[in-house]
Amino acid sequence: MSAVPALELIEATIHRPSWTVTADLSVAPGEWLALIGPSGAGKSTLIDMVAGFLPLASGALRIAGQDVTNAPPAERPLSIVFQDDNLFPHLSVFKNVALGLAPNRRVTRSEREAIERGLAAVGLGGKAERLPRELSGGERQRAALARAFLRRRPLLLLDEPFASLGPALRREMLSVLSEVRRGFSDPPLTIVMVTHHPEDAAGHADRVAFIEAGRIGAVGPTSQMLGETAPEAVRRYLGLDDRQDRDLERPERESS
Amino acid sequence: MKVSTDRRLRLAGGIAASMGLAGFLAGGFLVLVLATGAGLPLGESLSDRYIRGVVLFTLEQAALSTLLSVLSAVPLAIALHRARFPGRRAILRLFLLPQALPVLVGALAIVAVWGRNGVVSDALAMAGLARLDVYGLSGILLAHVFFNLPLAARLMVAALDEVPAESWKLAGQLAFSPTTTFRLIEWPAIRQVLPAAASLVFMLCATSFTIVLVLGGGPSATTLEVAIYQSLRYDFDPGRAVVLSLLQIVLTALLVMAANRLGGDAVASFGLGGRTKRYDRTGALLKLADGAVLALGLLFIASPFVAVVIAGLKADLTRLLTEEAVIDAALTSLWVALSAGLVALLLSLPILAAIEALASSERRSGSRLARQSRRALEVTASLVLVVPPVVVGAGWFLGLRQVTSVFAAAPYVVVLTNAAMAVPFVVRILGPALATGHRRSEKLADSLGLAGLSRFQIVDWPAIRRPMGLAYALAVAISLGDLGAVALFGNREFTTLPYLLLQRMGSYRTEDAAGLALLLGLLCLTLITSSESATKLRHGSGR
Repeated sequence: MSAVPALELIEATIHRPSWTVTADLSVAPGEWLALIGPSGAGKSTLIDMVAGFLPLASGALRIAGQDVTNAPPAERPLSIVFQDDNLFPHLSVFKNVALGLAPNRRVTRSEREAIERGLAAVGLGGKAERLPRELSGGERQRAALARAFLRRRPLLLLDEPFASLGPALRREMLSVLSEVRRGFSDPPLTIVMVTHHPEDAAGHADRVAFIEAGRIGAVGPTSQMLGETAPEAVRRYLGLDDRQDRDLERPERESS
Repeated sequence: MKVSTDRRLRLAGGIAASMGLAGFLAGGFLVLVLATGAGLPLGESLSDRYIRGVVLFTLEQAALSTLLSVLSAVPLAIALHRARFPGRRAILRLFLLPQALPVLVGALAIVAVWGRNGVVSDALAMAGLARLDVYGLSGILLAHVFFNLPLAARLMVAALDEVPAESWKLAGQLAFSPTTTFRLIEWPAIRQVLPAAASLVFMLCATSFTIVLVLGGGPSATTLEVAIYQSLRYDFDPGRAVVLSLLQIVLTALLVMAANRLGGDAVASFGLGGRTKRYDRTGALLKLADGAVLALGLLFIASPFVAVVIAGLKADLTRLLTEEAVIDAALTSLWVALSAGLVALLLSLPILAAIEALASSERRSGSRLARQSRRALEVTASLVLVVPPVVVGAGWFLGLRQVTSVFAAAPYVVVLTNAAMAVPFVVRILGPALATGHRRSEKLADSLGLAGLSRFQIVDWPAIRRPMGLAYALAVAISLGDLGAVALFGNREFTTLPYLLLQRMGSYRTEDAAGLALLLGLLCLTLITSSESATKLRHGSGR
């Protein structure tokens, strides 16, 4: 891992009157990092920070070695998929995806072919002319993913894009994601994914970061973070401690 | 008392209040039509060239006013939403003020800025150009745009605020150019409120009375409402007044139906804006263009206010304030407005309570009858939109003439008309608050068996307590600034401030008029802005 990190947050901080989010983090090229933690802990704020929707109060942010602390969202080499409203409701799937390549002009013929291939890759072949409301929730997110992939940006931010989908659909989307990820080689695709479902991370992520009260509480390999060896705060969040607590408490009570 | 009895009582109260309201609005006319019988010169009047001209002008000026207001609101709304600068909220607040300004004062202000001796004409004359003539179509259009451009712009800004945050993020992330942002985000949002905004403005302009009375000139620039007034006050031709009134009712009924179909409830969505975060990259040129649009809009909206203040301060205010006629008019205005506000509340509350009772039985049983009755009550509450004040006044003016002295009954008719004018606004302010309160605690109240006074105290009152002040202040301000109802009935014994102001204008006592306009404008603006901030009514985005 001697390569330049794909993403670096150096004491990147955002202040608001009632909360603060600070992050110190380094993500290697090609890595898949999952962000977990309680609601309101600052996971989405972290994503907004990286994407440039929230300016930093202090600290620095580098993407592939390049300082982007003050760069506007459009100039950061990344793509983002939100939980909802990724598509403009009045544009067809094709046009929505085309925005990723040519937001301000018509698509060229080669771009048109690339879009069609991209749609086919996420399983939306033949649905290019549909409007978002004619698609299911899963299909809408596939379209959003197709657009993100087509942009070929080396960093992909996922702000709970599968949160409103059922378990089977979520698994399917994740496998689409890892399928397409394999198609990125130089540079490889780096993914930062916010999720409320630890099992999403378990199958795919290389590392897991646990966010708590505006800070990165712990980072580590997925197997370690989600298993028996997880730090205490993470265990509490995952609800792993329940049984052991009771096991530990009982003898004490009996002895007292 | 049982809960079901309580519900029945509420229903009865609402039906009584709405019948009273409808009876008052239609009553004068009924008396009149019955008295005149079949002798109405209807067919003859419809082919009358004067009447045809009036109808055409009413529609023409309304269409042009709407076009100008709505078209110029688009760039203004976009600039307001895109540009980030300190004082943006202040500008949005300023855009609320024309609605609170009495129309007569606004018309006077337009003359002060754009009239023959106004600021713009002075500047033109210095440049060796001809002075402007504000009387006629151009003046009516200017005044209508002054009142309605901010309204349309605010509706559009509210629509832009409704755009999901993700869209602006995508625009920033995908590097949309300003044109792409307009094409994909701004225009689709604005287009959604366009029909509502246009039909609302058209409606307001087609029923505009005061502006046309002051700025319209002669038969070539007269709307139906002014023609009704003139045919009673100057020509005394009751037959023509009746025909014109019927035409007005048919016209506004058609407009209200079209507006309902096109726009639904546009007036309810008023955001103060500013919460949306945008990430566009605006070049220097665009920033300059935004600045220019904002400066022009600001100048156009703010200049009449400044003119009222400057012209008003030139008047001998101390003399005016001690003059007996002014004190009398102020006292009359005050008691008329305070009672009209009270009557408006007393009419609106039972109607609202009945609407909620019906909504609740609709929720429980899905009854179609309940839904239809609720709709009927809602329509009655805004009936005054179809039967404008001048028409109501004309009806009672002619009806009462048969039985008593018109001028003896004048104060009562004016109070009731002003109250009826305020009812739609009161219902609009209190209705949503009451509905929220009922949805939240209705099941609990039913299970506890709350009825009668305790139900009112525990369920209704907390819900409407806060917006009540604003509703009353608005009703009082509507009455204070109204000229439509008092125009027909004003006389030596019964003179309100707007009526006195009109008289002084008519007798060319311009300084007095300017002073009175300042006082009246100040009174209404303070009333509304202070009660609005006291109520802290935040019409948020509905998401």
